[in-house]
Amino acid sequence: MSMRETFLSTMDEALDVDMRLAVVLADISATQFGTAKLRHPNRVINVGIREQLLVSVAGGMALAGMRPVVHTFASFLVERPFEQIKLDLVHQGVGAVLVSSGASYDMPAAGRTHHSPADVALIDTLPCWFVHVPGHPDEARRLVLESLPGDSNVYIRLSEQANAEPHLAPGLQALRQGSGGVVIAVGPMLDRVLAATDGSDLTVLYASTIRPFDAAGLRAAVQSTGVADVVLVEPYLAGTSAHFVADALSDVPHRLRSLGVRRHAEVRTYGEMADHDLAHGLDETSIAVAVKEFFR
Amino acid sequence: MGFMTTATEPGFADLPRLLSLMTGDEKHSAASTSTLDVLWVLYDRVLNVSPTRLRDPARDRFLLSKGHGPMSYYAVLAAKGFLDEGELTNWASAESRLGMHPDRTRIPGAEISSGSLGHGLPLAVGTVFGLRALRLKRPKVIVLVGDAELDEGSNHEAIALAGREAMDQLAAVVIDNSSSTHGWPGGIARRFDIEGWVTRTVDGRDHDALAAASTEPHPGHPLVVVAVVEPKD
Repeated sequence: MSMRETFLSTMDEALDVDMRLAVVLADISATQFGTAKLRHPNRVINVGIREQLLVSVAGGMALAGMRPVVHTFASFLVERPFEQIKLDLVHQGVGAVLVSSGASYDMPAAGRTHHSPADVALIDTLPCWFVHVPGHPDEARRLVLESLPGDSNVYIRLSEQANAEPHLAPGLQALRQGSGGVVIAVGPMLDRVLAATDGSDLTVLYASTIRPFDAAGLRAAVQSTGVADVVLVEPYLAGTSAHFVADALSDVPHRLRSLGVRRHAEVRTYGEMADHDLAHGLDETSIAVAVKEFFR
Repeated sequence: MGFMTTATEPGFADLPRLLSLMTGDEKHSAASTSTLDVLWVLYDRVLNVSPTRLRDPARDRFLLSKGHGPMSYYAVLAAKGFLDEGELTNWASAESRLGMHPDRTRIPGAEISSGSLGHGLPLAVGTVFGLRALRLKRPKVIVLVGDAELDEGSNHEAIALAGREAMDQLAAVVIDNSSSTHGWPGGIARRFDIEGWVTRTVDGRDHDALAAASTEPHPGHPLVVVAVVEPKD
């Protein structure tokens, strides 16, 4: 089951047990929520292809005391209705769980309109958000379930790209210990980072929760390796978490190389996800070369 | 204009004085603001709200979408006991919680923070969905918008869905002072009518007409009251 299918089945179950939950949709995934809507007609809402209203409805439901879970593709969940996120959630002082699918280029042949590498960077301009970037469907299920209680604003970024195994611990988890430096892999980037750094003497940290950023975990890893050189590999805009790394290491002379979706070109490629990985240097070989150059 | 004034509760006649606390203008009159009559009628005769029941789930909700020029709103909130009138004099200063646009997290009784246009009606639709999910079928959700504010496309997403969802808990009051740059040929009510709303167009200065239009039932349909006032100069 993909992360998106896991999310859909998880919410289908959760709606039955928590009467405060509501799912708000803009046509995407509405068919899959069809039977849940029959059971809970007032708590599964499809606003049609109206993404400004999608987020505002969530804001209004939260004002009334509900816990809305809002879902569509990342480009139409975060980028198109950004002011609604800023004002109808954050500025109203209410919260919702935003769950996107599509990620940076999960629909490669659909073109730029359906690619959303800037979603996490945009959410970063707003205060007090949790941002989860699961790397496996089991992590997605865990992170969705953990986000449902409470009133926080949460962004969960689901992807068709996934690692072979889940890693369910919170914060930055050290999956490999080395003494030459630190590589941070976020969400679906893990398996290719492990492969790209295989045989090297590097610490590999993994995060599926990137906000709040685990600064203490990074400092501990840098201390135990004794080298404040960090490669950050994120599946969205390159350098999105660079300022958090810089802040975490502000009292240590350090070097940082950020890998991620390139910022300086309008990518017009179609093809497969692998073609886009290659275009952005996020394939295993490109990561291996970048890491080797950085640590030589 | 039917209203009553008692020694303890300020009435409509007190609003010019409350407004002048904010403007410093002695001659400030009700006619100089497009929203004062509507706001007064809603708080005095339509809304089931009270400063003693700010978090009551069964209260009516009033959403001031048109957050610009909130002096009338603050004057009415002060007259109805949500604010102390002593707060009005230093409004919009760093020491005040009353801004040029209202902040719901700071003002008792303000249901939304507004200022950017086109957010109130969509938030009101969400609030009705929330009330329905909580099985609260009685509270009304009334949102005040301006005719120029309807330029924002987000309103039209909300108008269509509210009509199709038969939201009879929802009412929009549109202050029409002919301030929309490109206008609404055929009238504002028509935009709501075609989407399944009950529409009533009244004189925005006539308190009895405003009260009747806002309170007469509209089962199975959302309601729009178009309150026509003098064109903005």
